[in-house]
Amino acid sequence: MAEPAHGLGGLKYDPSKKARPQELNVFIAFLIIVAAFEILGRLIMGESFLFNTREGTEGLFNTQRLSIIILQVATVGIIAIGVTQVIITGGIDLSSGSVVGATAMVAMSFAQTALVNGNPNPKAIFGDWAMDLPIFVPILVGLGCGLIAGLINGALVAYTKIPPFIATLGMMVSARGFARWWSTGNPISFPTESYNAIGSGMRPVFIFIALAVLFHLIMTYTKYGKHSYAIGSNEQATRMSGINVDRHKVLVYVIAAMLASIAAIVVSSKGQTAQANMGVMYELDAIAMAVIGGISLQGGRGSIIGTVIGALIFGVIISGFTFLKLDAYYQEMVKGVIIVGAVVLDQWRQKSRGARV
Amino acid sequence: MSDFILETRGLTKRYGGVHALEDANFTLRHGEHVAVVGDNGAGKSTFVRQITAVEQRTAGDVIFDGAPVNFAGPLQARESGIETVFQTLALADDLDVPSNLFLGRELFKFKLGPFSILDRKAMREKTMEALKTTAVKIPNVDNPIRNMSGGQRQCVSIARTAAFASKLVIMDEPTAALGVQETAQVENIIRGLKERGVPLILVSHNLRQVFDLVDRIVVFRRGRIVASLRRDETDGNDIVSYITGVKGGVEV
Repeated sequence: MAEPAHGLGGLKYDPSKKARPQELNVFIAFLIIVAAFEILGRLIMGESFLFNTREGTEGLFNTQRLSIIILQVATVGIIAIGVTQVIITGGIDLSSGSVVGATAMVAMSFAQTALVNGNPNPKAIFGDWAMDLPIFVPILVGLGCGLIAGLINGALVAYTKIPPFIATLGMMVSARGFARWWSTGNPISFPTESYNAIGSGMRPVFIFIALAVLFHLIMTYTKYGKHSYAIGSNEQATRMSGINVDRHKVLVYVIAAMLASIAAIVVSSKGQTAQANMGVMYELDAIAMAVIGGISLQGGRGSIIGTVIGALIFGVIISGFTFLKLDAYYQEMVKGVIIVGAVVLDQWRQKSRGARV
Repeated sequence: MSDFILETRGLTKRYGGVHALEDANFTLRHGEHVAVVGDNGAGKSTFVRQITAVEQRTAGDVIFDGAPVNFAGPLQARESGIETVFQTLALADDLDVPSNLFLGRELFKFKLGPFSILDRKAMREKTMEALKTTAVKIPNVDNPIRNMSGGQRQCVSIARTAAFASKLVIMDEPTAALGVQETAQVENIIRGLKERGVPLILVSHNLRQVFDLVDRIVVFRRGRIVASLRRDETDGNDIVSYITGVKGGVEV
């Protein structure tokens, strides 16, 4: 800083004492957790978590495990990007998992292929007119589902002034109901080649990274980002500053729901099928990623980078437990502890911050 | 052009049966600094709230900048050139100083609807300029407001008002919660406004401050304006007797 260290009432500013960015702390936590699994792995399992110890395979790292981790994280991570924006404005979105289910069902209905091994598609939802449609049709229909869900969420939050928790809880229940009603509970399968391609291989990871970079830039450099932080920080002041807070909130919920529908397209393409139960609990995993990444549930603080690192931590922990051959039951239980622990940590951080002022 | 930047005629506000403000006739000349004083509940804040349209008046006219106005809300008042510093701070704690100063009137490098790209460098430079002209010293403008003292935050809030002030500034007890040095700082900003010819309505409990800063003192008592005195034609005792009702003769 070129400014002299002058201050009010003799206050001095010392740039070297500036607090470390939150993201760095989260990243250090990430490294510690990875190291812990590496050590535990060597002690308990006698093999490395990170590195390639297998005979006859090339490479320094255990690329197979690493790619599974990041692939697992990518789908929910896409949702977490949207959830992060909602929480920064001081809201919450519990509907993303159900929006994934509903979107997957609808999008897949428009992505089916007419002939399966020479026979008519046994899972066909619509008639011949909806078969073998170009790839943009299911994508646009899917995004449309997100748009509608987001508009309803946003309008409820912004204009009826009911708490976001309740508004999106309603959507969570209704969208899941819609997903079941769509095909009376039957799975929808046999998509076209081009639809399959969306989620094949490592593509979900690239989609996740591209969206994370895009929204990081948006949150940092645009009016949308600035106003999102302002609303979460002091909604009344933001309103008094002439910003249309209600319209902004609708936009935030629309973006979150549309990111959930992108995740739905990816996950249904990857699994080559859509089921009404797709995405159950995704919303909580996404919120957990954001919380682990250092977001404040009071709003105003957090970042996309933090959430991405939070998502990696989440993936490493789940994969680490599998690696240590811990039961899935334990994983669920520990997941809950992690979410609550991250929020408690945030409370402590805020308290110590408050004491200093 | 009228002599007055602001004029109220018969301004009245009732809350149910309570006459919070009764028939207030008030004028403010271009460049004039006026203090509004009075006991608690005398109607000072009610008066200000009618002008800034935080509340809608029961009766009367407000003439601002030569034309009668009917603002729908504080936002519209602000857009018309009335900048207000409220008793409660209107700042976003998690944003830095430039973001707060420019909240709602950001500068852009590239317009693209909600995704317009902010011109952070220009906003930072203009912030430093604004802080310089208002003589506000902030150790580091890139820090979130959260990490600053109450006085610094109030200074940012006032600097924001002063920096964008076009036609009229209203301050409702701007130094109520501040320490000695911080109060001095705010008073300097007010003197700066005077030099720049920006008219001001200052609601204050602090008579020392009032006599230091303003040209004219308007006394409210029980919802009515009971006196309007030039600073050099009155003194503290005089004002206090109007405030307490010894003078003014509006005893009920």
